[in-house]
Amino acid sequence: MFIGLAALATAPAWLPSPYHLHILIMAGIFAILALSLNLLLGYTGQLSLGHAAFFGIGAYTSALLTLSLEWSFWAALPAATAAAAAAGWAIGRLALKLRGAYFVLVTISFAGVISLVSVNWMELTNGPLGLPGVPAPTLGPWSLRTKSAYYYLVLAGVALAWLVCRRLVHSRIGRAFLALRENEALAESVGIDVTRYLVLAAVFSAALAGMAGSLYAHYTRFVSPEVFLFTYTVTMVIMVVAGGKGTLAGPLIGALLFTVLPEALREATSWQWQMLAYGVILVLLIFFLPRGIVPTLALWTRR
Amino acid sequence: MEALPQHLVNGLVLGGTYALLGIGLTLIFGLMNVVNFAHGEFYTLGAYAAFAALALADVPFLGALGLAILTGVVLGALTERVLLRPLRGESIDSVMLVMIGLWIAMQNTELLAWGGVAKSIPHPFPTAPLTLGPLGIAPLRLFVLAAALGLILGAHMIIHQTRLGRAMRATFQDPDTAALMGVRIARIHTATFALGSGLAAAAGALLGPIFLAYPSMGDLAALKAFSVVILGGLGNVAGATLGGLLLGIAEELGAGYVSSGYRDAVGFVIIILVLLFRPSGLLARAERIG
Repeated sequence: MFIGLAALATAPAWLPSPYHLHILIMAGIFAILALSLNLLLGYTGQLSLGHAAFFGIGAYTSALLTLSLEWSFWAALPAATAAAAAAGWAIGRLALKLRGAYFVLVTISFAGVISLVSVNWMELTNGPLGLPGVPAPTLGPWSLRTKSAYYYLVLAGVALAWLVCRRLVHSRIGRAFLALRENEALAESVGIDVTRYLVLAAVFSAALAGMAGSLYAHYTRFVSPEVFLFTYTVTMVIMVVAGGKGTLAGPLIGALLFTVLPEALREATSWQWQMLAYGVILVLLIFFLPRGIVPTLALWTRR
Repeated sequence: MEALPQHLVNGLVLGGTYALLGIGLTLIFGLMNVVNFAHGEFYTLGAYAAFAALALADVPFLGALGLAILTGVVLGALTERVLLRPLRGESIDSVMLVMIGLWIAMQNTELLAWGGVAKSIPHPFPTAPLTLGPLGIAPLRLFVLAAALGLILGAHMIIHQTRLGRAMRATFQDPDTAALMGVRIARIHTATFALGSGLAAAAGALLGPIFLAYPSMGDLAALKAFSVVILGGLGNVAGATLGGLLLGIAEELGAGYVSSGYRDAVGFVIIILVLLFRPSGLLARAERIG
């Protein structure tokens, strides 16, 4: 555990190339996304397949505020988080009356509409061409343009997201989430306000995804409608399911595994093969490792 | 407004195939409680099967349509046996994730097999439109409309006139009682998934020659199928037929009078609005799962 943390803290020093650091930065951004999805899917049991929408809203908000209004990154990041949280609140209020397949379909449709808006609202989003030249953040006199500096920024983001999740899960609110996941009718009968808690989970989840979107925008320094790709949502789902739904470590492990693994395979195979493997892996996971890596390991070590 | 009848005719052609897609999906969704995200891939499969038969093997057009349907039926049955039967009784979310996995795997297999460049599917119909007063319709589109209506009728016949259809309806109403009456639920599930997939493949083979065949064509088709199912109500075949025709017309009118960029938003908006305000669909019946 400590060795792992120490290795992460000194990664820019021992990783052989900036390319490896890039992979780790992407893993960090996806770790925030996986933590965010896990709040809904893992702790309240609601599968959102529109999560790329919150990621994209965060990315566009941050990019537009810094580009058009020349806000600093440090103001744009909370604004992006807040914008995604507001969207999460609105969608939560509307969609969380529904359950199961119906909730899933509404979240997908919401992401679809937002994505079409980003393509068609040329004046605001520059359409399919996207927004180039998103500025890199600065910290006092220093620019965080270098990969190693940005790595620490993302690492801080992951730590923050993890702490928020941990705090939330171990509070009364988190216990209410679990109660809802396990038996909604029973939870309601002991006085848990179902809609209120589910909306709360959606707001936190969307906020974290928005933060990841902002970090992504200022790292790649380019935002286009591709941030809404369904592939991103599927990747998040695979990370959470593989790592372990409803655990705090699962999304981190899943994110690291499913960022490093595809990159390792990239040299040997094309993108199509990689996506094909993703599909097959998702099927195999449900069949053979439905709980995910972390809970399965925990079960083994306890024996 | 003189374009209105033309929009309506074009909408009907689209709507007929949407109805085929929707009927297949509503059967699978309603009867098996499976949210079939791979439905669009069977549509793509149908289009490529038709392309292979027409462009590579020189099969006549009707034969190619039959071949596409057969491919859909066989692969649908296989999917049900291999992926869905072992998961019966699992949570709806697990099944959903497996179908998402299948969707991604099938789409990228198609991408690897056929390449990313869109294929135009040859057809024997003359390209000059038949005109009737202000209306013009290409013979191919007229054939597609007729074939779609024929297949819809065929699906209704299977569901309402045959023993299989009766067993399917019984399973939909109450699987336990149906099983007690001697209906083999597992077989009904295989037949349902095969029938639904065959109808999706038929839709792909019919629309493929009008548009083009490309690996991601199924994504939009699946979206449309879901909006049709939700519009018509879960497991409601008549509702899916009506919903399909309505969606086709709504899209044509939306693209014609509002903005063609938002054409595909019609489906999303329908899903959101219907689920929020009339979750049992337009032709509301009592049943609703979820």
